[in-house]
Formats: sequence, structure tokens, C-alpha cells
Amino acid sequence: MPSPAQPSVLPAKTTGRSRPRSPMAAPQSFLWTRRIILTLLTGFVLLPVYVMISSSLKPLQDVSGKFHWIPSGLTIKPYIDIWDTVPLARYFVNSLIVAGAATVLSVIIAIFSAYAVSRYKFRGKRVFTVTVLSTQMFPGILFLLPLFLIFVNIGNSTGVALYGSRGGLILTYLTFSLPFSIWMLIGYFDSIPRDLDEAALVDGCGPIRALFQVVVPAAVPGIVAVAVYAFMTAWGEVLFASVMTNDATRTLAVGLQGYATQNDVYWNQVMAASLVVSVPIVAGFLLLQRYLVAGLTAGAVK
Amino acid sequence: MTATVTTDSLTEKSDRVTSRGSGGARRRLPRIPDRIRQGGLPYLLLLPAVLLELLVHVIPMIIGIVMSFRQFTQFYINNWGGAPWSGFDNYKIAVDVNAPIGEALLHSFFVTCVFTFFAVGLAWLFGVAAAIMLQENFRGRGFLRAIFLVPYALPVYAAVITWAFMFQRDNGLVNHVLHDQLGITDQPSFWLIGDNSIYALIIVSVWKGWPFAFLIVMAGLQNIPRELYEAASIDGAGIWQQIRKITLPSLRPVNQVLVLVLFLWTFNDFNTPYVLFGKAAPENADLISIHIYQSSFVTWNFGTGSAMSVLLLLFLLVVTAVYLFITSRGRKGADA
Repeated sequence: MPSPAQPSVLPAKTTGRSRPRSPMAAPQSFLWTRRIILTLLTGFVLLPVYVMISSSLKPLQDVSGKFHWIPSGLTIKPYIDIWDTVPLARYFVNSLIVAGAATVLSVIIAIFSAYAVSRYKFRGKRVFTVTVLSTQMFPGILFLLPLFLIFVNIGNSTGVALYGSRGGLILTYLTFSLPFSIWMLIGYFDSIPRDLDEAALVDGCGPIRALFQVVVPAAVPGIVAVAVYAFMTAWGEVLFASVMTNDATRTLAVGLQGYATQNDVYWNQVMAASLVVSVPIVAGFLLLQRYLVAGLTAGAVK
Repeated sequence: MTATVTTDSLTEKSDRVTSRGSGGARRRLPRIPDRIRQGGLPYLLLLPAVLLELLVHVIPMIIGIVMSFRQFTQFYINNWGGAPWSGFDNYKIAVDVNAPIGEALLHSFFVTCVFTFFAVGLAWLFGVAAAIMLQENFRGRGFLRAIFLVPYALPVYAAVITWAFMFQRDNGLVNHVLHDQLGITDQPSFWLIGDNSIYALIIVSVWKGWPFAFLIVMAGLQNIPRELYEAASIDGAGIWQQIRKITLPSLRPVNQVLVLVLFLWTFNDFNTPYVLFGKAAPENADLISIHIYQSSFVTWNFGTGSAMSVLLLLFLLVVTAVYLFITSRGRKGADA
């Protein structure tokens, strides 16, 4: 962290005239703009986070009446009740299984595909990449109806229950993240010198061994980024989860609506549950976000 | 380099460029054995992805198009071949703006356009501003960067449910601030029904969406060579000039992709309105994806729903094609 940090930390000391080696010697106008913009955005971002945390610690009568910035009394009861009001643990496990399986599978499949596109020339390559990429722009609603029908009819004719099962959801989710994953990994693999795996091939490695012993280790940041993205996509998906699941396979995305009963909405429990399902994923994301930016830089943004 | 690469070298340019740098070493390769070894390998590697794409995207899309030409209701769910053909009837119903269904679809389309314009515009603006302000290192930069990514990381339903709570009329934060604390509104307003719902929707969408713009622009900024700034600095350009003359123009290709992606995601967004409003959105915030969902799964009119989906797809294809044409022409013009 060399010199550029200094001017902004001690703005009053830098006159701006001296213009040091730093490529950007920031004048006051810039520093104030920066402060204002960053403060406003921080407030905007953190407002719901504050509401989520503070409301999750309030007793029910406190969230049913007028909003108060400061809770009248703190309680952890919502965090205990959330598990009984709805079967949150089951939803949690369902989400974990679905998102985990979709992530692992989509990363593996994306690695194979991206390796093929990045390292080989073959007929149909362009058709493949264009098709895969363009599916990302199509509205999910377009696939929802037919996929629903396909799953129902596969179930009727073969007895393989895809509709309502975790398997069906996994299958669906892993294709959601696939286009982005393939796209990003192609870019990432392209940025890894070809000499590396070609040398391995010359040394007698098979292409698959070259992929896993040379290319994959070199592409770890890109692969982590893709995995993070795939997991988040699956963890947060609502549309297909709301149509394709039943009581036993319901994921968090749908299950969280259970705190709204006919008589009352247990807002403190809703907020507590939201926090519980968010903390693992936000923590994981913040830990790995460096990889995401690194992956985006090499892969998506060229 | 000869035999193996002939098939479609025309289509290759873009993804070969990055590997060119290492060109010197290519000569060592035993090309002929390589070709024999390759065989069907690339196809084998692609097979899982192709099968999945077929099952989950391509085939459903074809079925969706076929369904849009049939009179498809819930009675045919278990026997989809049995639904009678109806030609273009579903499309006629969908676009007949004098009848209730077509009128509602057109209204929903306009609502979606307005929503998308503001949601994408603001998300993009916030993302670019934040990324540029965080480009230079200063104390707290890493912390702010992490904070700004929180909305992106939060599961959409958790985030949107929180906003739904904040927009509650009687116990929400928004009315508490606007009415009780600032006295701006005469009485507590409804935010999730009625005319205000579009504002609520835009705010939530921007909150959830701008960190993605921030992330992409941040990644894009890392590709701007530092020497450009140094040179400009030596020439006496201040920081505002550097932003205007170097940063923003260098971001243009990134911005073009970013805006397109944001547009497509926002236009198709289902999660935000669905969690915010439930299955039936208020008229003023009746986004097209919710509208189609409603037509299909609530009123069980799959045929019309499919026709609406296909129309939506056509619209997106046209917009994307026009956008890509304009931006690529712009880029060529800039290069020349």
C-alpha cells in the first residue's frame, strides 16, 4: 500500500500544488465529492442491514407497532422461535443440498467445456458458445412453463420424479450458472499460457491429466469465482423454487414466506431468519470476493 | 500449426488473441500426433454442457414456442400432445390492445420499460461512481468495497423481504421517517399497493443491482494502464480531467456490456417483484415476468402465457441486436 493512500488520509496537509509522484493528486473538490458519494452509498446499503439486525432482536409487539430506530427491549427469542414457526432447518438443508450439488456439478462441467473451447479447434465451437451465452438473456419465465411440463411428463411416463424433487431443481440451477461459468473460465483459461499444458502433453500427459494437473491449478481464482457465483445463484433463486418444489423439498427462497400467517406477520422472526440464511453466504462471499474480481478481470472483462 | 487449425479459423480470432503472446513455443508441438489424439475429445468435453443446455434451455424453448400455437390449459398438463392447435390465436389475444388481456399486457410492458430505464440507469450510475471513487487507495477502501458488495451477496429474498418490511404502511421505517420524523407526507402512505409501488420497486431493484455494476466496473478499472494516468499527470491534468479523459473513455467497452446485461436482467426480473408484492403485483408495478407468471400459473392459461413469453423474447432479441449493432459501429468508428 504505497504512496497514493497518503493524500486522502491527510487532505489538509496536501496543497495539491506539489503534485507528488502519485498519478492522482486529489484536490479538495474530489475528496469532498468522494466523501459525500461514499457516505450516501454506505447509508443506502446499510439501512436494510440495520433494519434486519435490529428488528430481529425486537419482541413481537415492537415490530408490529410503529417502527423505532432503537429497540425498546432486546431479545433473542426470535432466533429460537424461527425454527418452530416454519421448518427452517429442513429448508436450510434443502437449499444447501440443491445449491451445493448445482455448484459442484456446474463447476466441473464448466471446466470441461471451457477447456475444450479454450484449447481446441473444432467445428461448431462458435455455435456452442453463442447458444450457451444467449440462453442467459432469455427470460426465466420462458423456460418455466415448458420445463414444468417436461418434468411432470417425464415423471408420468418413466416414474422418475423430477417435478417437486431436489434433483429437478439441481438440474435447473446448474444450467443457470453454466453460461456465465463457461464464459468466465474460457477467458481465464485463455489467460493461462498454453505452453504450460502443451509442455505437459509433450511430456506424455493425456489431455485430461494436463487439464487437471496444469490448467486447473493455475486457474484456481477463476474457478473459485465461478463456484461463488454458481452457489449464490442457486441460493437466491425464487422463481423455479416456488413452482418446482413441494413441502418436503422447499428451499429457503420459498420457505421464508411461511412467517406470514393469516393473522400476523412475525416480522422479528422474518428478519432473524433472513439474517440466519444470509450470514453464511455473505461471509463466504466477502472472504472470496478478491477471487471474484480477479476472475472477472481475467475472464469476463477484457 | 497447419492441419489442425484449418476448420474454422475465421471464427477463432477473438479467443486466440490472448494465447498469441506465447507463440514462440508452439513450434515444439508434435502437431500430427496431437491431431490424432484430439479426435472427438472436444466434443466429449462439451457433451455434459450440451446435454444440459438441450434439456433445460433449448428443448423447453422449442416446446414453449409450440405451445404458444396451441390452446393449452391445465387440462392438458398430463397430455400436452392433446391440446388443440389454435394457430395465431394466442398471439392475437396477447396483442389485441382493445381487449382486457392485450391491454393489460401492453400496460405491463410500459411499466417494465419505465422500471428498467430507471433501475438500470441508477444502478449503473451508482456502480460507476462508487468504482471510480474507490479506484485510488485510501484508508477504509477495502472496508467500503466489502460493504458495497453486501447487497450483491445477500440472497434476493432475504434482502427484498427486509425492504418489504421497511415499506409497510403502519410499522415500516420509510413511513416512520417520512411521516413521523420529517413530516413530509400528510399521512402514512401505502408503498406496496397503489401508485407508489413503482418507486418501491425501483429503489429495491437499484439497491440489489448496483453492486454488480460496481463489481464489473471495478474489474474494468484494473485493466486501464497506470501509465496513462502518470502521463496525464505529468502533462498537468487534474484528477477530474483524468476521470473525464481517461477513466470514462477506457470504460466504454465494459460499460456497453454492463448496460446490456443489466438491461436484460432487470427487464426479466421476477424475484424482486414476486417477493416484494407476492403473486399479484399492483397495477403500477406489474412487471412483465410477473404478468406472464400470473397469466400462466394463476389463471392457468398456458397458451397465452407462452405467446407472451415468445413476444417478450422477440422484443429482447431485437433490442439486443440493435444495441450490439450500434455499439459495435461506435467502437469501429472510434478505432478508425
